Amino acid sequence: MMARSTLALPLLTCLLWSTASLANQADHIRTSQAWIRVLPGDLPAGAYVTLENTGDQVASLQGASSLRYTSTMLHKSSTEGGMGRMEMVEHLDIPAHGKAELAPGGYHLMLMKAQAPVKVGDTVKLTLRFSDGSTQEADFIARPANATDATH
Amino acid sequence: MIRTDSRTTFRRVSRIALLLALVLGCLWLAGCQRGEDIPWRLTNVTGHMPDLDFRLVDDQGKAVSGKDYRGKVVLLYFGYTHCPDVCPLTLAQLHVVMQRLGPLADGARILFVSVDPARDTPPVMHAYVNAFDPRAVGLSGAPRDIESLSKRYRSAYTREPDKGDGQYEVSHSSAIYIFDRDGRARLLSTPGNAQDDLVHDLHLLLSLGGTAP
Repeated sequence: MMARSTLALPLLTCLLWSTASLANQADHIRTSQAWIRVLPGDLPAGAYVTLENTGDQVASLQGASSLRYTSTMLHKSSTEGGMGRMEMVEHLDIPAHGKAELAPGGYHLMLMKAQAPVKVGDTVKLTLRFSDGSTQEADFIARPANATDATH
Repeated sequence: MIRTDSRTTFRRVSRIALLLALVLGCLWLAGCQRGEDIPWRLTNVTGHMPDLDFRLVDDQGKAVSGKDYRGKVVLLYFGYTHCPDVCPLTLAQLHVVMQRLGPLADGARILFVSVDPARDTPPVMHAYVNAFDPRAVGLSGAPRDIESLSKRYRSAYTREPDKGDGQYEVSHSSAIYIFDRDGRARLLSTPGNAQDDLVHDLHLLLSLGGTAP
């Protein structure tokens, strides 16, 4: 009995320590200005958020998922050379003690095929996924088609 | 003799100067009337692009042509409804511009032309444009009619490869073509232009009036 508990304590400490170091990326991310542009019908919607990294290591967003949409992709728009185009991107890095913005006209999450219509004013939970496998849930506010940011 | 000569020369010079001033003045006035001296902030394309002309279908399902929009200042923009980021951003910004113009905005129309007519039927376009601004009209039509309008303004679009699930993107020109009330191409706005510049120039263009009612 005595031997077991003396063994259990360092094991538990070791386990806790390793879990803490594994789940680092998501733990250091603060989200703000999270919103979704709701378009009529079942058109794909863009999701935007500001990510702040309070950690000492770079964090890398790889994608997201939501129970409300069938699929989600990390995209980047550009209007270089007078052409508007979109491309899929593998990740978006958030520098240590820095910020990265998913905002209209640049990086965004493209949400496709809503399970049920998402209405303006709804709160949609998205699970953000980082390169170390850690995740973080964030609430996105559904805003009208003609919104320009999280508040206007 | 010498004094008389210099006087004559002086008279001649002043006469020429007066004539020159008159000619320059006339040219300046004429230039003003043709709108060449208006301090536009956007790219002035007056005389460099053809008048507004097309045969398409509006979001009510009605056949329309460029002439149906004479009397209105037209903002022509190419895009498609399955575009989740750039097109809604542009249309949302145009809505803000229209709001900033106040009652003057009623003299303007945003013509959103679909470069994806296979998916953008009039009912889809109707719901889409109305989600942005009451002065926006969604135009679609036969692929060759859209192509000819796009070519007319040296605009371009390319359908990107299918992603496997029937979903595809369409890359397209991001410029906004602005026409006066007589259907003449006047200005070009690109994403690099500030919103203030668009408001400034539209305010001027809407205040100019036109020959059409």
